[in-house]
Amino acid sequence: MVKEDDILEKVTSSDYKYGFYTDLEMDKAPKGLNKEIIELISSKKNEPEFLLEWRLKAYNIWLKMTEPNWPNVKYPPIDYNDIIYYAAPKTKKKLGSLDELDPAIKNTYDKLGIPLEEQLILAGVAVDAVLDSVSVATTYKEKLAELGIIFCSMSEAIVNHPQLIKKYLGAVVPQSDNYFAALNSAVFTDGSFVYIPKNVRCPMELSTYFRINAENTGQFERTLIIADEGSYVSYLEGCTAPMRDENQLHAAVVELIALKNAEIKYSTVQNWYPGDAEGKGGIYNFVTKRGICSGDNSKISWTQVETGSSITWKYPSVILKGDNSIGEFYSVALTNNFQQADTGTKMMHLGKNTKSRIVSKGISAGKSNNSYRGLVQVSKRADNARNFSQCDSLLMGDKCGAHTFPYFEIKNKSAIVEHEATTSKIGEDIMFYCNQRGISEEDAVALIVNGYAKEVLNQLPMEFAVEAQKLLAISLEGSVG
Amino acid sequence: MTKTEIENTDLKLKLVSDFQKFEKSLNGKANSILNKIKIDAFDCFNRLGFPVKKLEEWKYTNINPVLKHDFKQSTQLAKHTLTKDFVGKYFLKDAVNLVFINGFFDESLSDKITDNDSCYSGSLAEATTKFGDFVEQHFSKYADFKSNSMTALNTAFSKDGAFIYLKKNSVNNIPVHILYISDAVNNVMLSQPRNLIVLEEGSSIKISEDYFTVGSNYNFTNAVTEIYCAQNSNLEHYKIQNDGDNSFHIGTTQVHQERDSKFSDTTVSWGGSIIRNNLNSVFNGTNTECHFYGLYLLDGKQHVDNHTLADHKMPNCFSNELYKGIIDGSATGVFNGKIMVHPDAQKTNAYQSNNNILLSDDATIYSKPQLEIFADDVKCSHGATSGQLSKEEMFYLRSRGISENDARILLLNAFASDVIDSVKIDALRIKLYHTLQLKLKS
Repeated sequence: MVKEDDILEKVTSSDYKYGFYTDLEMDKAPKGLNKEIIELISSKKNEPEFLLEWRLKAYNIWLKMTEPNWPNVKYPPIDYNDIIYYAAPKTKKKLGSLDELDPAIKNTYDKLGIPLEEQLILAGVAVDAVLDSVSVATTYKEKLAELGIIFCSMSEAIVNHPQLIKKYLGAVVPQSDNYFAALNSAVFTDGSFVYIPKNVRCPMELSTYFRINAENTGQFERTLIIADEGSYVSYLEGCTAPMRDENQLHAAVVELIALKNAEIKYSTVQNWYPGDAEGKGGIYNFVTKRGICSGDNSKISWTQVETGSSITWKYPSVILKGDNSIGEFYSVALTNNFQQADTGTKMMHLGKNTKSRIVSKGISAGKSNNSYRGLVQVSKRADNARNFSQCDSLLMGDKCGAHTFPYFEIKNKSAIVEHEATTSKIGEDIMFYCNQRGISEEDAVALIVNGYAKEVLNQLPMEFAVEAQKLLAISLEGSVG
Repeated sequence: MTKTEIENTDLKLKLVSDFQKFEKSLNGKANSILNKIKIDAFDCFNRLGFPVKKLEEWKYTNINPVLKHDFKQSTQLAKHTLTKDFVGKYFLKDAVNLVFINGFFDESLSDKITDNDSCYSGSLAEATTKFGDFVEQHFSKYADFKSNSMTALNTAFSKDGAFIYLKKNSVNNIPVHILYISDAVNNVMLSQPRNLIVLEEGSSIKISEDYFTVGSNYNFTNAVTEIYCAQNSNLEHYKIQNDGDNSFHIGTTQVHQERDSKFSDTTVSWGGSIIRNNLNSVFNGTNTECHFYGLYLLDGKQHVDNHTLADHKMPNCFSNELYKGIIDGSATGVFNGKIMVHPDAQKTNAYQSNNNILLSDDATIYSKPQLEIFADDVKCSHGATSGQLSKEEMFYLRSRGISENDARILLLNAFASDVIDSVKIDALRIKLYHTLQLKLKS
């Protein structure tokens, strides 16, 4: 539970809490993007030949593509040659234990509140902490290894499990999928890799923290999660980034693969630097997230709490290929000041008796714009497909905007698809009720917003739910009145 | 260049030469206000070209199959074989029936036009000669052609159509029923009727536009209706489309509403091959109200696309929308409803709902209910559903001895009645129910 004092304290010190910068000696590639840079990244990471070819193919596809302009967001053009595509802390030596960790990095995590020390770790959480581009420490590995679970950085997986990488990398998000996915495929530096073997139920929440640390380095994460037949995994992703004035680009790709009877639960709390109150700075978050329920009776569930980034552009999607498979999408997107969010999901029903559920809660405050864009597609063969979507928007202040762009493409008569959306502001009667009971305006808003978003927050694992509630309150600070 | 693009260009080239002929015939009158608008509009069409699927607004509707036919533009009232007896069957009782053949007014087939102190209902061509200043005040002031190439095309070639004008505080209880007959017996025609409806302060009327086809040749109608509702006026507008299997229809109804006005529209589409309806209402004053109802009953290879926009520019306005579709065969229904709430439009209430029933495995529905909201003190909602007839309801009726087919008709009839009941002209409503029964039975 969140103590009231806690919220108050955080609300009063509302500056971006995680805005600090770790001075590490960096191993940087020169600015710019070309064939040589990609070859450099590949060789730095000791990658096998097939992956370099895969990257170059993506690069060639990317060159022919143009940046999409359909999202409901505005930003100055990005100079892709002004970005450093590779940066790694110089401590390249593999670490045996946590004591060997660079004290500066350790200190950074402490400030972030990441419980990296094993004894302090919240029960059941293994952290694969990613600082910029290289995974520096992995915990609980042995315990997971006993069960045959592979949970490591993408670089390690490429070296140690090339056969899995070869089979599944790009299987859900091909290089040619979209502009940013192509860019990511060409230059991705690291990320997380998870493989859950057959009939194994992962005993703990897997978790990773991303941080964009060095100035001018776009982060290009690549996450791949494979749940083999009958397995279960819950994966948590949390993001914080230090305060920087220059816009930073983040184009990640997340691929989930659920085989027969498998279930993947993917939760995100995204709290990158949203820019200051004038809309200066902030992260561009252009992410491609997609999962495939490739086997029968499989399930993929996305939960996201989006409070950060100056621009968010992402649509965690599910391809429901297997019969009886289930896709879920729960989202809270909060925008304040000059933030822009264009987010939503795609549910592609291909198999029979497939089900999907979309719950999206948008909150716009200040001068921000918040869009929901979703597609529900029922193909001809998807008999008895079922979809329910609900997307609500809450508006605070008369300068913000809330938009809904739902698309439905139904080609099967037995499909039942329902969609409902509402837009409104916080009712004056509700505010009055709270004020009357001595709850200040600001606290009342935090309370109401938390209640409004509860349906989604309830989907988050416990420790994330607490963090998410705090985040909503902090992000809304100054938007009332 | 692909094959379709060349064909596309062919029709366009033909229209360009048509327009050049028209410009030559102006004989120095090119500077008149109306002709200037037409020349501007054609420039726009020439620049924009026919809509393509790449445009978000045309994402689900491909009009290339329309453009490959060798259409001849209707430029005057041509000779035809229709008799008054034949047309009379389509007339509504207790209404003023106006008949347009391929977009041109046929006085001999119509009821006597109304021209009195309170109301004028007749043809736009005649109105332009009689009181040109008034037409100039309103013509092309509401339907924007700068971004819509089909409206631009209509504007450029506009010659005739219905013109209905109600003077201040006149309440007209006699509905106007406009019949647009596409004469496709001998020719492959493109008709472009252009209608103008102006309601002055405090006036009210019911108007129905009825489109149908005679003959089996290909025909293409590109219609634009401009409606101006001054404050406190009340217009009930209906659009019925019952064209033939080889008919294409693209129609835009653009409404401009001043404060305290009320506008209601019901669009029923159950005939035609490719149909595209744009219905836009702009709220230019406070406390305006608008209702959109729509029904599409499709079979075979029909394709019907309904785009609506409720443009809330002013505070305290209300809009409500209900579109229902029954789709059978390998037909396709498209619904795109947009509610736009501008920053100043506080206290807006806007509702929208789109329900669809798919009856066959090859039927498709694309639905996109869209909200764009820039004001905070609003109540907006939308809903969309797609499904089939409820098994429980069918069972209930079957267990009471009603045959499967009758039960199906009963349920679909009930589904459609929400929309048909919004028609306030009794004769028209009865006619619609009758047609609905016939369509459901087949």
